[in-house]
Amino acid sequence: MNRRALLKSTLGASVITVAAAAGLLLPGRVLAAYPKEAFSAKDVSSAVSGALGAANPQQSDQIEIKAPDIAENGSVVPVTISTELSNVESISIFAESNGTPLVAVFNLSSADAFVSTRIKMGKTGNVVAVVKSGGKLYSNSKEVKVTIGGCGG
Amino acid sequence: MANSIKLRAKASKGSVTVKALINHPMETGLRKDQKTGKLIPAHHIQEVVAKVGDKTVMEAVWGGAISTNPYLSFMFSGAKGDTLTLSWVDNTGASDSDSVEVS
Repeated sequence: MNRRALLKSTLGASVITVAAAAGLLLPGRVLAAYPKEAFSAKDVSSAVSGALGAANPQQSDQIEIKAPDIAENGSVVPVTISTELSNVESISIFAESNGTPLVAVFNLSSADAFVSTRIKMGKTGNVVAVVKSGGKLYSNSKEVKVTIGGCGG
Repeated sequence: MANSIKLRAKASKGSVTVKALINHPMETGLRKDQKTGKLIPAHHIQEVVAKVGDKTVMEAVWGGAISTNPYLSFMFSGAKGDTLTLSWVDNTGASDSDSVEVS
């Protein structure tokens, strides 16, 4: 915990500037600014830059995505993301084939690099995890085949 | 909306695993009411915060693509006896919170 706090404070200035520019992750309080535009972005790259303040995450095999190969019901797709990367600040989940790909951003700078939840997927597509570590973005993806979509009526 | 959260926190080897289930419709705003053909307005959780005392251990922003009645699990460094508080706020301004002692 101390190591995390130290790394975080030394990284401080640059990271916070980037985060503040994105209107997200202001120190102590993410929630003052809900990234509405990122949630309404129509493609993954603009959702990534809207939510995390930078684009073009680097591909990384150190991010592990656990999700079913085939999801029978797209409205409940369990997704677990963990990573070996150190100094993880946030983990974000994107569903590439959804109309608005951004699912959620988890700020984990004081927690372990692990998150698990259930998401909705409209149709077959990649689940993309983007990890922010040391101010840089890393991503990995996994295809999930959806037999019944979860976004329509 | 009292008691919308089911919360568990268990310590093991210095890290605490938190599991939470929240009762919430999580409407995306894109679904149509099959009887009237009108869109059902968006109603989903936007913000989730977990704290131990005054210290925030996890913060999340969610969109409508999190499943109905969301499940959330995460881990942090903590110990038995800590009190964890989880709270959420949705896009209509409704909110709820619950606390649990780490076991």
